[in-house]
Amino acid sequence: MRPLTDEETKTVFEKLSKYIGENIKLLVDRPDGTYCFRLHNDRLYYMSEKILKLATNISRDKLVSVGTCFGKFTKTKKFRLHITALDFLAPYAKFKVWVKPGAEQSFLYGNHVLKSGLGRITENTMQYQGVVVYSMADVPLGFGVAAKSTQECRRVDPMSIVVFHQADVGEFIRNEDTLT
Amino acid sequence: MGRKLDPTSKVKRGPGKKAKKQQGAETELAKFMTDEDTGSKRLSSRGRKRAAKRAQTLKKPKDVPEEQPKKGFTDENSKWLKPVKRKRKIAEAESEDDSDNYWEEEEDDEEEVVEQQQQQKKGEKAQGKKDAKLELNEVEEDGSIDDEDDDDDDDDEDDEMVDDYGTLDDGSGDEAVAEEESDGEELLPIERAAKKEKKLKETMGLESDEDEEEEDDDDEEEEEEESDGDMDEEEEDTIQTNIDEMDQFRLPGAEESEKEGVLPLDLKSIHHRIKDNIDVLCNFSTKREEGKERAEYISLLKKDLCTYYSYNNFLIEKLIDLFPLSELVDFLEANEIQRPVTIRTNTLKTRRRDLAQALINRGVNLDPIGKWTKVGLVIYDSSVPVGATPEYLAGQYMLQGASSFLPVMALSPQEGELVLDMSSAPGGKTTYIAQLMRNTGTIVANDANAERLKSVVGNIHRLGVTNTIICNYDGRQFPKVMGGFDRVLLDAPCSGTGVIAKDPAVKTSKDEADIQRSAHLQKELILSAIDSVDAESATGGYLVYCTCSIMVEENEWVVDYALKKRNVKLVPTGLDFGKEGFTRFQERRFHPSLRLSRRFYPHSHNMDGFFVAKLKKFSNVIPTAPGGKEDETAEATEATVATDPPIQKPSKSDKTKKTVTSKASSPNKKAQANGTAAKPTANIKSKGKKNLTTGPKKAKVAKMDGETVQEDKKPLVKSVDKTKPPKTDKKEGNKFEKKQGKKTKNPMKAKNRMGKNKFRKLKHMLHKQDVM
Repeated sequence: MRPLTDEETKTVFEKLSKYIGENIKLLVDRPDGTYCFRLHNDRLYYMSEKILKLATNISRDKLVSVGTCFGKFTKTKKFRLHITALDFLAPYAKFKVWVKPGAEQSFLYGNHVLKSGLGRITENTMQYQGVVVYSMADVPLGFGVAAKSTQECRRVDPMSIVVFHQADVGEFIRNEDTLT
Repeated sequence: MGRKLDPTSKVKRGPGKKAKKQQGAETELAKFMTDEDTGSKRLSSRGRKRAAKRAQTLKKPKDVPEEQPKKGFTDENSKWLKPVKRKRKIAEAESEDDSDNYWEEEEDDEEEVVEQQQQQKKGEKAQGKKDAKLELNEVEEDGSIDDEDDDDDDDDEDDEMVDDYGTLDDGSGDEAVAEEESDGEELLPIERAAKKEKKLKETMGLESDEDEEEEDDDDEEEEEEESDGDMDEEEEDTIQTNIDEMDQFRLPGAEESEKEGVLPLDLKSIHHRIKDNIDVLCNFSTKREEGKERAEYISLLKKDLCTYYSYNNFLIEKLIDLFPLSELVDFLEANEIQRPVTIRTNTLKTRRRDLAQALINRGVNLDPIGKWTKVGLVIYDSSVPVGATPEYLAGQYMLQGASSFLPVMALSPQEGELVLDMSSAPGGKTTYIAQLMRNTGTIVANDANAERLKSVVGNIHRLGVTNTIICNYDGRQFPKVMGGFDRVLLDAPCSGTGVIAKDPAVKTSKDEADIQRSAHLQKELILSAIDSVDAESATGGYLVYCTCSIMVEENEWVVDYALKKRNVKLVPTGLDFGKEGFTRFQERRFHPSLRLSRRFYPHSHNMDGFFVAKLKKFSNVIPTAPGGKEDETAEATEATVATDPPIQKPSKSDKTKKTVTSKASSPNKKAQANGTAAKPTANIKSKGKKNLTTGPKKAKVAKMDGETVQEDKKPLVKSVDKTKPPKTDKKEGNKFEKKQGKKTKNPMKAKNRMGKNKFRKLKHMLHKQDVM
């Protein structure tokens, strides 16, 4: 477990800012204590300093996970967000997409969101903007990238994709082994 | 019905599904009305007139207006109506369909039960009342008033209640009907129901009685047959005619059982035989066959149970020892049925009511588990897979057996604490701990199996728990990794004899060795768990030990062992149900405080078989293990003896260090002064501790039974006196102690007085080794 290098920090924060914008500073400066990012087994973990200190008791090979896993660095040093980060993305998300109850299931199986399943979308969403996907009951289901801007969404035909799927909570079951 | 077309009166019709549905409507409407009208307004003009009339006729008219503002419900009603009302106010807007209402009510289970009973009662009442009224009206003095009252009773719910109230409060009993009713209201609902039923029987043509009588007749016939059989037996003791198989159970002869070996009996007849056999065994003196031993019956029973329920012989024997015969079959039957699916609401993300609403909308039929938990729901049936709903994936609930709630509830972790879950997979209990701590403090979730830890990771992230460190150690090494936990939950690996319904393979796969093996592991784990707890913790210092086994070897025995080995005591679990743990089992005698542990059985609690014990650590000092008792397997104690020195270190390092170093020297000196040989360091240390710990020890001694007192005192004596006399003492002791004595003493003698410096060196060396 080690702190991030500058380069890694940059990659991570760039990625995060796609979803939560400037709210990113709320993640780092929290009123309830110091929180920090740590890298362990190529995974990025987000935890409070208190837990971090306790975790140092545990040897590296025996440590499985600390705090919340945000994602992992790929072999090419890109950063990929995991669904486990949803708990911290959803409250701060700038752009949101709500899917209709009928399309929930499809999204949770790893499919893109089609226009027909689109319930609501935040105004002024740009194309390729990172969005958090909610059910109509405001339960966060995952996140993705807007395939079309809000304006375009109004016009396209029902079967066209409006949000590209990146991660959904169904992965908790589907990819349990690779979550961390 | 009635002039005012009041839906409330409709609700009161008999029990059943329809009544249940309308239950909501009733309360809703009742509340609706009470909310709108204040007490004085509520009376209709006629009602007011009546009240005035009553005021004249009755001796104590004050009561009526006094009680009216109480929203006009009888006191029996007011008990359950008020809380519901309050809830309803909040949720009124959303709750429209029946299921809604149904749900709302179930917020408080107790209330609901009362309500339902009342519903039933009212249903019956509706019929019975009229009859009674008509008769009684004639008798009464101020019949006119009552007549009106009663008419109104039928029409107007509120009036009825007000009137009831008045009469109830009057107590003078000028109105016979009302009096009767009020009498009824003082009774329990069930009593009332019984009363009504009786009345119904009297008034109506005893329709139901006939049925019952028929049943009774059957029973009587059976009884007669039985008693006949008995009498026959008594009378014909000398003659010994062959008694009919149907009447009296007899053991099959040798030939028969041989035949059985070739041609196996069908299961039905075996089942019948089991029943008869148990019946005989329960009343052995009266029903036994002459000349047959109890053992013969038992052996047949064992064989039958093994065949019928397909257990292996070993497990059946264990279970026979564990349960009275009458309970045994219940238990075995319960193991054939799956326990209900239960879920636990994740209060970090949602509330139980919201979750239940969401699931009901998905076509799940559910109910709260019971009044002992505020987060549990039991799922009766579901049109969707409960483990894959969007709510599940979003982490709003966790699929978890009802029995798994219990250890966490017993642990009752507080916010901001440091908690260890020693064997956490698959994370159900861990996440429950986290939600009780509201994601504050820190939880260390450990499991020995790396594969199973993946599910812990998944569940923790899914449920939004952020305060967890997940690690993969062997629980036995944990005190070396870190200590100072406020609370530790040890859900020990076990033989799984409590969850046969879940895993029927247990029926045949377990034998004595398996039980011993897991018991041994459990003993090691519980010691290491205790060593991880910090006794000086301001808020905690607790350990909860639980298993999903019902074997005494894996439960009481293990806890008893821990009580002897460490400075811990049992404390109440805080669970208000479950059966007390055994304090004695066959030839074994456990510490009397084991009564405070709890056992749960599938047949009596409808949850997996489970054992929960809560221990409080009152001193960080680890007593030495000279007091290994004869009932410990030598193996187990040896193992712990071996692990003792390393275990000592962490706890020493945190708190006891100063005390140990300072105190360890004094006994050391003493030993030297006495001319006894100095022991190897570990022994000295522990010996020193022995002496030091007299304070807590005494406290413990007071609790322990006589035997342990002696045992605990021995080392004290030993250190103060010369070695010789205690040694003779030891010889008198049991075999194991001798062994122990050899182990500890021989090196002592051989080394024969070690210099202080040498001792220090050695100590240092040992320390180094330990560190490595």
